[in-house]
Amino acid sequence: MSNWLIAWRSIQQRKLPSILTALSMAMGVMLIVAVLTILGVVEDSFRNKSSLGYNMLIGAKGGSLQLTLNSVYYLSEPIENIPYDYYLEYLSPEQRDAEYGNSIQGYAYDATWQTLQADAALTGGGFGGTAALLDGFILEAAKQATAKQWDYSEFFQQLENKILPIEVGRKTKYHGYTGITIPLCLGDYFGRFRVVGTTPAMFDSLRFGKNASKEFRFSEGRNFQTWSEDHGFYEAVVGATVAREHNLQVGQEIAPSHGAADGDVHAKKFTVVGILASSGTPQDRGVFINMEGFYLMENHAKPITRGEIQPLTEFEETDASGRTLPLPIEQREVTAVLLRTREVIHAVFLENLVNEGNEAQAALPVAEIRKLFDLIVEPIRVLMLFLTTMICVVSGISILVSIYNSMSERRNEIAVMRALGAGRWTVGCIVLLESLILACGGGTCGWLFGHTLNWGAGPYIEEFTGVSVGFFDFAPSINVLALLGSQPTMKFELSMEFLLIPALVLLAAIVGFWPAVEAYRTDVAKSLGK
Amino acid sequence: MLELTNVEKSYLEPDGSRLAILDIPSFQLAAGEQTAMIGRSGCGKTTLLHVIAGISHADAGDIVLDKVQVRRLSEEARDRFRAHCIGYVFQTFNLLPGFSALENVILGMSFARGKRDVTRARELLNRVGLSHRATHKPVALSVGEQQRVAVARALANRPSLLLADEPTANIDPTNQQNVIDLIRNTCREENISLLIVTHAMEVADQFERIDRLEDINRVTQSKHGENTENTLAQPEVY
Ligand SMILES: Nc1ncnc2c1ncn2[C@@H]1O[C@H](COP(=O)(O)OP(=O)(O)O)[C@@H](O)[C@H]1O
Ligand SMILES: [Mg+2]
Repeated sequence: MSNWLIAWRSIQQRKLPSILTALSMAMGVMLIVAVLTILGVVEDSFRNKSSLGYNMLIGAKGGSLQLTLNSVYYLSEPIENIPYDYYLEYLSPEQRDAEYGNSIQGYAYDATWQTLQADAALTGGGFGGTAALLDGFILEAAKQATAKQWDYSEFFQQLENKILPIEVGRKTKYHGYTGITIPLCLGDYFGRFRVVGTTPAMFDSLRFGKNASKEFRFSEGRNFQTWSEDHGFYEAVVGATVAREHNLQVGQEIAPSHGAADGDVHAKKFTVVGILASSGTPQDRGVFINMEGFYLMENHAKPITRGEIQPLTEFEETDASGRTLPLPIEQREVTAVLLRTREVIHAVFLENLVNEGNEAQAALPVAEIRKLFDLIVEPIRVLMLFLTTMICVVSGISILVSIYNSMSERRNEIAVMRALGAGRWTVGCIVLLESLILACGGGTCGWLFGHTLNWGAGPYIEEFTGVSVGFFDFAPSINVLALLGSQPTMKFELSMEFLLIPALVLLAAIVGFWPAVEAYRTDVAKSLGK
Repeated sequence: MLELTNVEKSYLEPDGSRLAILDIPSFQLAAGEQTAMIGRSGCGKTTLLHVIAGISHADAGDIVLDKVQVRRLSEEARDRFRAHCIGYVFQTFNLLPGFSALENVILGMSFARGKRDVTRARELLNRVGLSHRATHKPVALSVGEQQRVAVARALANRPSLLLADEPTANIDPTNQQNVIDLIRNTCREENISLLIVTHAMEVADQFERIDRLEDINRVTQSKHGENTENTLAQPEVY
């Protein structure tokens, strides 16, 4: 009969205390597994978000964390905007030219150009020099503005002073380093969720997840378009969480509220054309509207007048065919730009280049997220692990108490075994094994409970975080060698859960030690027959 | 076979003085011989058995069993020697409550490493007439049955000496005779020496050899009166 069986029989003999102590150990281990898994999920989802598909944020000068919270997570207090023409510096010359086509200046320039061309055709000569072109341009700009009945007296003033609101021909300075460029216009809310004015590229071009390999999928509908026959500029796409919470369907109309969750509700309504499938990214919590529509909402046009002259409200222009015109770029601003640099190594260079200038700041979101993670999640992880470890230690102590309490009534049993020829070591060892069986048996149950819990909660976790958790998913791995020595040269990765095994054995040995010594020291002659 | 020479045992009193219990100039038991040891309560019978079994360490003298100097063995070796060569039956609480009758018998074997024989355990239970109760836990057995299991267990390792410390003190007379017969017959069959302590004269009278501990123990010979006081003053052990 092995010592294991003898230990097991002794546990069986005291069923209730044994079950209770093993159960408390099971609970402790279950909590550890749950905490490790939850922290793993949190870290995974952070990692998911680190693979945002972009590696740089451009925003107004200020805190880089604030910029990250706003433009990555759609959280925190809104931040300042950056000029639209600054944003244009990140676009290609072709894109920029196309954007300039939609500027007051552009309209004026076109008109001037046409007039001059007509004049030239009439006179049959040249344009009459650069001065004539410039004067004509200013004149025509004024004319154009008057024709459109814009109240831009200050703009005229500026024109007369030859201070142009946008620098014609300004270089697309940063374009050489950019791959994907996605502008964000923040400031509006839909319920508790942020409304994000952006371009369709947000879902067409952006990829997320590991190696930026995942596409955004729509559980219903499609991506919004810059302009559609049915809804004009007013199309919206909502994240999975938003759709669930507000019970939104494709085809429904939503009206963002201005400035805050309880701000004035805009008159303009956007039609939901798509609902994003849950991706575990912050996009789940966003309402994405077409930037063109965003600009056309009241209070969203940047007043280019200053002083007493009030900005135009409800700016909306239609062209000759009655089609709504987009807001001229002079009246636009963006809150942030999500950038994917052309090459990864461009990031640091571009970051310095941007931060040296005084127009905007560049932030590396992954670094910011890491900082955030270290700031918030890391202490929580340490605290949670500490607490759950304490629970296990307390369970260990309850094992100690249970075995120790039984020692007085077992003294005779131990003496009988000794009289039968069992050595001191053997009886001590049996008590240690008992502690080991209780701790590891309870631990195994706890591990199973924990993983069953994960398995049961898996669908919900996946729905809310986009991270899938199954029965056989283990807590994140760590380099075990790093625990032993300071600077490991080799890698031996093992899930943190496996550390539970040596930890439990150690705990069992520690709590079993004292009663084992008691057993070891039992005075056989005195204890026999008692 | 079993030979005690000048064996002394004393206990340390709380006041620091030594309380002598045993001083036995000579005691012998031949192989297969059976003897009943009688003596007043508290005169040191249990202590003597403990000393022979190596459960207690004698202060002086030689204890030789099967040519082995028990007193010279290390504790570990004594434990192993006990497992192999000595069977022990106590007055009460012989069995481990967590184990079935059969397991209790096997337990007797498992401490003597290498000797584990379930067939013999069943055979022994059969011999003590308890084969039908092999899977019962001690609580489900009567005291008489428990003692019979204890006898089976004591014999499990084919010891050369069986020590029985008032094995029938708590049993009714009919069962008492059964247990005594069982012990005597098996010891005879397996050529095991038997040293049985009893204070029941009807038990002792059945033996050809009877030893009075007071007669072979110098302590009780000389300090008779003092020791009586001691016995009265202290709670009895067995
Ligand atoms: N551990 C001990 N310490 C001190 N005295 C003891 C101890 N064990 C037994 N004694 C004393 O030794 C004497 C002999 O005890 P014991 O051998 O149990 O007697 P018996 O079995 O003959 O009744 C008794 O007086 C008892 O009180
Ligand atoms: Mg006694």
